[in-house]
Amino acid sequence: MRRVYLDHAATTPVDPEVAELMAQILREVPGNPSSIYAEGRRARALVDRAREEVATVIGAEPAEIVFTSGGTEADNLALRGVLKAREGQADGIVTTAIEHHAVLDTASDLAAHGQARITVLPVDRDGRLSPDAVRAAIDDRTAIVSVMHGNNEIGTLQPIAAVGALCREAGVAFHSDAVQTVGALEIDVRVLPVDLLSVNAHKFYGPKGVGALYVRTGTRIATVQTGGGQEKGRRTGTENVAGVAGLGAAMRLAGARRAAESARQAALRDRLIAGISSRIPESTLTGHPTERLPNNASFCFRGTQGEALVVSLDLEGFSVSSGSACTSGNTDPSHVLLALGLERDLAQGSLRLTVGRETTAADIDRLLDALPPIVARLRAASGAAVPA
Amino acid sequence: MNEPDRYSDRALDHLARPRNAGTLAGASGSGADANPSCGDRTTITLTISDGRVQDVRFRTFGCTAAIASASVLTELAAGLPVGDAARLEPADILNALGGLPARKEACALMAIGALRAALVDARVRATA
Repeated sequence: MRRVYLDHAATTPVDPEVAELMAQILREVPGNPSSIYAEGRRARALVDRAREEVATVIGAEPAEIVFTSGGTEADNLALRGVLKAREGQADGIVTTAIEHHAVLDTASDLAAHGQARITVLPVDRDGRLSPDAVRAAIDDRTAIVSVMHGNNEIGTLQPIAAVGALCREAGVAFHSDAVQTVGALEIDVRVLPVDLLSVNAHKFYGPKGVGALYVRTGTRIATVQTGGGQEKGRRTGTENVAGVAGLGAAMRLAGARRAAESARQAALRDRLIAGISSRIPESTLTGHPTERLPNNASFCFRGTQGEALVVSLDLEGFSVSSGSACTSGNTDPSHVLLALGLERDLAQGSLRLTVGRETTAADIDRLLDALPPIVARLRAASGAAVPA
Repeated sequence: MNEPDRYSDRALDHLARPRNAGTLAGASGSGADANPSCGDRTTITLTISDGRVQDVRFRTFGCTAAIASASVLTELAAGLPVGDAARLEPADILNALGGLPARKEACALMAIGALRAALVDARVRATA
């Protein structure tokens, strides 16, 4: 049975062209980019090319790209780096209740150590933030506002252009975790007023363990880790040459395919949403009905529990995820689902389906055939009173 | 490669084909238990005659382990003398399922808790 992978928000398979490039580099380019002899220069050229590739896709200058070990490190560097650079002048972090843990837990950690005051803004039932709330939260001690572009669980897109504009007006650095949107949506920092933007290669068919932080020229940011001074001292450590080359290639490929591929995926997403809504009674779409990632269909099914949904679908050959998969024996529904104001029992039954490049309409139809009986069976077992 | 978190085939079979899901009308006893840490809950209803558990049904809102535990427990308890049913333990569920992932063993305890509550309820009702 061919498995159907519908968890592209978790990770994507590496593009064969990217994998081939990386393997070739690992085999043939042994040098350290900091060395001035031939092997080093060759490695340096690859890192430079990757920096240009990443910059080009988002309209940045190569010097504004800092390579990191992934999205989590990019988020950490943005928050910790800006706070450190503003030490003694500004310590406020304004963010939202549905950020990734890489942002929320970093902000909490800074606050716990007396290095920041944090303001966590609520979102509405669709997961949208009001720019007015950001405006109201900014004060003269605010150092940074961090609002994600597209939510990894529910797919809701935030009005980051509006938020960025008012941050610029207030003279506050604006960071956006764009891990779910880079490669999927057009992002051009020449027009988008964002100062820092987190990028993660494995979300767009690149390798795991490599990402980048875009840092707009003029943005004050201090280094978080100390060492040999690579990445202009902003992220020191010998460059992951094959990894950043893979990131660059994946970014270039994603950029070239973006318009056609995102439209194709959005059609599959809409087919999923319409099919589930019509075939499964009392299915609750989570996230914004239209302002959402092109690949995300997420639902809650009353009377079911997410882990049982995921395991049942796994048995039938589908790879999916849940924001309420009880894996530790002590798991609340995710902070994102709870922030929407969903009732706890409803939030327990969450299912996230995220399509990708290799997903076909036939895959969607298979899922639409497989899911309704699973939901019905779990509801029958739980005794949920749901009309047939 | 070893997959330590994998459910046993028997547990997965109970997820795919739950045995005795439902609620018995005219039950001799009914009992419930819950795992407050995750919100899972199980209700067991059963009938007793001639000192033996006859029919058993379960309702579970919860994860694979919670559903499989309650489902297999209905099979284990049916037909047992009441005293033997009351002595069923989580270990009996784990044996019957071929084990559960380590973090999920509390789910077997919840099913046992619901069964024991149902047996107590039946005794109370019988003497009322």
